[in-house]
Amino acid sequence: MTAAIEVRDVHKRFGGLQALSGIDLEIPQGEFFGLLGPNGAGKTTLISVLAGLAHADRGSARVMGHDVRADYRAARRSLGVVPQELVFDPFFTVRETLRIQSGYFGVRHNGAWIEEVMQHLDLASKAEVNMRALSGGMKRRVLVAQALVHKPPVIVLDEPTAGVDVELRQALWQFIRRLNRDGHTIVLTTHYLEEAEALCERIAMLKEGRVVALDSTSNLLKRVHHLFLRLRLSGELPEELRPLEHGSTAEVHVLRLKGYEDVEQTLACIRRAGCRIEEMELTQPDLEDAFVEVMQRS
Amino acid sequence: MSGFPTLLYKEVLRFWKVSTQTVGAPVLTAVLFLFIFSHVMEDRTRMYDAVPYAAFLVPGLVMMSVLQNAFANSSSSLVQSKMTGNIIFVLLPPLAYWEFFAAYVLAAVVRGLAVGAAVLLVTLPFVEIQFRHPLWIVAFAFSGSAVLGSLGVVAGIWAEKIDQVAAFQNFFVMPLTFLSGVFYSIHSLPAFWRGFSHFNPFFYMIDGFRYGFFGVSDVHPFRSLAVVAVFLGVISGGALAMLKSGYKLRQ
Repeated sequence: MTAAIEVRDVHKRFGGLQALSGIDLEIPQGEFFGLLGPNGAGKTTLISVLAGLAHADRGSARVMGHDVRADYRAARRSLGVVPQELVFDPFFTVRETLRIQSGYFGVRHNGAWIEEVMQHLDLASKAEVNMRALSGGMKRRVLVAQALVHKPPVIVLDEPTAGVDVELRQALWQFIRRLNRDGHTIVLTTHYLEEAEALCERIAMLKEGRVVALDSTSNLLKRVHHLFLRLRLSGELPEELRPLEHGSTAEVHVLRLKGYEDVEQTLACIRRAGCRIEEMELTQPDLEDAFVEVMQRS
Repeated sequence: MSGFPTLLYKEVLRFWKVSTQTVGAPVLTAVLFLFIFSHVMEDRTRMYDAVPYAAFLVPGLVMMSVLQNAFANSSSSLVQSKMTGNIIFVLLPPLAYWEFFAAYVLAAVVRGLAVGAAVLLVTLPFVEIQFRHPLWIVAFAFSGSAVLGSLGVVAGIWAEKIDQVAAFQNFFVMPLTFLSGVFYSIHSLPAFWRGFSHFNPFFYMIDGFRYGFFGVSDVHPFRSLAVVAVFLGVISGGALAMLKSGYKLRQ
């Protein structure tokens, strides 16, 4: 089956900055894919290359098998992009904005789908409101709706939940998950790593324009072997455990352990010191730990 | 199905939604020009030996409004979209560069013609005017507004700030329209300035347009139309080349 996205050896330079240095990536159809990396890693540049907003200096990019340069019409019809910046056209209402965006893609008489998208994103009551009069969260919803008006098989969301309240975030993910279940391929960049961990089947981590890790979310989590032991003690933490501390607060000590075998020794050490454990929790590493580890190693 | 009709519709809707500014204001300006100049000049001048000054002035003012507004439409729309970032909405869809160009230029033509028609309608009760060759009127109104619409596309793509478009308008479009014979026949100028006017493309647009009304012109209308067509070719060629390469729009 044709890959939803296929990127081969893509290079892009802006003046003195090498934004992308040989990206290779293949995302099969129907996948929920995460694109993570620190600021300036090249995530938005990569999305721009896929969307035709930037031209790669070298290499090729395809969306649903269509080259983004040679067959740009089919490639762009296959792609819906939610841009990172909160942009809007101040001349139009929400419904006009969506009808116009649909028309740009050559999709006419699209009223039923536009109504459905507005319903799902809780925009129906704002349909006749001018874009200028909407709150930031509502404008974000319209951006998502604009990316979906032509029912693209591949949807790219560039930081869609930045500055968005919890309610919208949850409503948005519910809707995007439904689209993914219906067969749409989803590519997500986000700074909220817990979102990526919960949603994405596979993740690529970018650093300085290169893919430094590309694996399933579960495999990436397995790369981090340590555990975190969170403790609230009746007394001071024994001196010999201090080197294990990792982000403790005044009341709670967080210790980074190499594995389960260290738990027993740690507890024994606390017992020997005559301390009583008032509260204890053992936590698995999350994607943030995996992210930090990958970024430090690469 | 192509996105071109929608982009054209959106561009027309955009200026129509603020028609007080985009149509009303230029009509008021043109009418004020007419009242003031015709009042001051009426008793002193007859143009082409027989045409009263006010009647001579009307087609010039109409064409000046057509040209300035066609330029303003495409240039301001593009630069505003670039500055606010909403240009992305027209860069993401599968629009060909020539569709993009055609939509912006045609919308500029529509605005130019709308303002021109409004100026003409408002001035008709005050001035007796002839329509000797209506086809020439239409031909020059279309071709002139298309030239300025294309020039607006070039300026809108090139400019990064509103001030740059304003500078283009104030230091290039405005002087060339004012010096093109809107307010006078170039035959009333000294020889040097008369010769100089022949290098001004706007002169041919206004002279040809005026021929449609009075059947008299400084230059033969075919020659004027040929000059305008060459300018249209050069400027639209430049705009299309910019759009095809993605200059300042796609990185």
